[in-house]
Amino acid sequence: MNQVSWTAILGVAAALAAMPIVMTSNVALNFVTFAGIITIAAQGWNILAGYGGQFSFGHAAFFGTGAYAMALLQVRFGVNAWVALPIAIGLGGLVGGLVGLLSFRARLRGSYFALVTLAFAEVFRILANAWTFTGGAAGVLVPLQVGTANMQFADKRMLYWFVLLFVVGGLCLTHMVSRSRFGAQLVAVRENEDAARALGVDTLAVKLKAIVLSAAITATAGSLYAQKFLYLDATIAYGPWISVDALLAPIVGGIGTVFGPLLGAVVLLGFGEVTKTILGNLTGGAIPGIDLVLYGVLLILTVAYAPRGILGLLQGRSSARHGGNP
Amino acid sequence: MLKSEIIFAAVANGLLVGGVYALIALGLTLVYGVLHIINFAHGATLTAAMYAVLICHQAIGLDPYIAVAALAPLFFGLGYFVQRFVIGPASHGDDSNILLVTLGLSIIIENALLAGFRSDTRSIDVPYGFSVVEVGPLLLSLPKLIAFVASFAVAAVLGALLLKTDTGKAIRAVAKEKTGAALMGINVDHIYAVTFGIGAACLAIAACLLMPTYLVNPRSGNAFVLVAFTIVVLGGMGSIGGALAGGLIIGVVESLSGLFLGESLGQIGIFLIFILVLLLRPTGLSGART
Repeated sequence: MNQVSWTAILGVAAALAAMPIVMTSNVALNFVTFAGIITIAAQGWNILAGYGGQFSFGHAAFFGTGAYAMALLQVRFGVNAWVALPIAIGLGGLVGGLVGLLSFRARLRGSYFALVTLAFAEVFRILANAWTFTGGAAGVLVPLQVGTANMQFADKRMLYWFVLLFVVGGLCLTHMVSRSRFGAQLVAVRENEDAARALGVDTLAVKLKAIVLSAAITATAGSLYAQKFLYLDATIAYGPWISVDALLAPIVGGIGTVFGPLLGAVVLLGFGEVTKTILGNLTGGAIPGIDLVLYGVLLILTVAYAPRGILGLLQGRSSARHGGNP
Repeated sequence: MLKSEIIFAAVANGLLVGGVYALIALGLTLVYGVLHIINFAHGATLTAAMYAVLICHQAIGLDPYIAVAALAPLFFGLGYFVQRFVIGPASHGDDSNILLVTLGLSIIIENALLAGFRSDTRSIDVPYGFSVVEVGPLLLSLPKLIAFVASFAVAAVLGALLLKTDTGKAIRAVAKEKTGAALMGINVDHIYAVTFGIGAACLAIAACLLMPTYLVNPRSGNAFVLVAFTIVVLGGMGSIGGALAGGLIIGVVESLSGLFLGESLGQIGIFLIFILVLLLRPTGLSGART
């Protein structure tokens, strides 16, 4: 099993790295790069919710912190992008730790945890929208200075490969977590927190570790987003869209699996694009929100008919729900 | 320093708005009390109801206060149907699944409204929209006063319904102990759906009361629902009295923080209360349940 997964990760990484050979158009490259960023955000969510069972509805709080830190460090403090990236990731993890410390110490679970994360994301959004330091409602613009030294790649393929590096890093990290003692403890917390505590698992510490790791990964996605688009406002960085994408992708792909977030992000975004294009052509104009309607339908259908996501469907219904990893 | 009359007026206005907040929170807290889940589609359902009021008014010139008679039963039916045939079967009785299904519903409703009506903000024009009543030194908006009184009337009716009728008793039985209730011959699925329908009907009534003074766009329900979450958490999940008291408190807090902090930061006051209450007293101020 262990060997199989490492080989699979290597194979997927090689296949994805070869994509730009086939896909040469800017539109296609933009799409796969964006899908990569969403995948990373989803990988973060998957650690906390997929393995740890703590359903966050507010991962935008971490995505946005990474994004704003990346942009503001460069714009306000003149920090180089390569230095800003690790700081942004660290800050994301720190925010995750704070949110986790506050909510897990208060023993918030289930609906309560989902609610409090949602509220934290909203507080950040309102603050970022009002504060002049973050550019307020006008947002913040990172100056265009193309050059590898500024992490702004002239070749669109370079940015794709750069994002892919983190996607593959996320795959490896998820696989390592799932094989580790920490991962086993995390799954124990998901399945039955009280039983896990009775068996001597320090559930608070395990959940805290998970949320810090989860937030740092999602903050990485935010930092890369800021660097790709070079523009942010509060609705982009802290808006509910990213919280939804980050949870939808792993659920559709296969919650609590190594490849679920990647598969889900590609399928979801692909479906969204196709639907938007087809309907746009049929009606002669873009219909806003139609791709999200589809996401909502997919979410309900997945929960109802494929609780283990697409991966679960591919593997057949033989193994139990929330079963092992592929 | 602000004049005391201005603060007084802000408190009065906050209380009036708080009445409608309480009505919105009532549906949420009732569903939580019985199903023990948070309905994340609550805000989107409110938005849908507000658009329904808008359509009634624009298409056939129906006054919002008359539209209640049609929309409350309609939304009761919709709520019943959605719980019985979508949320119930799709979630397999698992709590985190219910969370996800209601989240999915809210995404669908909100974006279907966006696709249908675009992101324009709309409002309806009623002759009494800007009428005011003089109460002592205060000038109170007539539609808001009506909304306040009507909200408490609905709460009273709902309370009587729960206490006196057989269905009400069944709802309370299921809320307390669903296995026991099922053994006594109560159809739990039916009661769940009825509760959900009542929650949706409360939203339809709230929408009719709100539309004379509020604007609607596909996202406007979200602003209300986070407020409603706060009220429900503040008042104690599942408590009707708590929802009423919480609604009034939050209405006043919002009004005052808007006065002192300005429009854009005004909402922060609510969220901070929300997070503080969740962290310090997740069982609510009354601390009824754990």
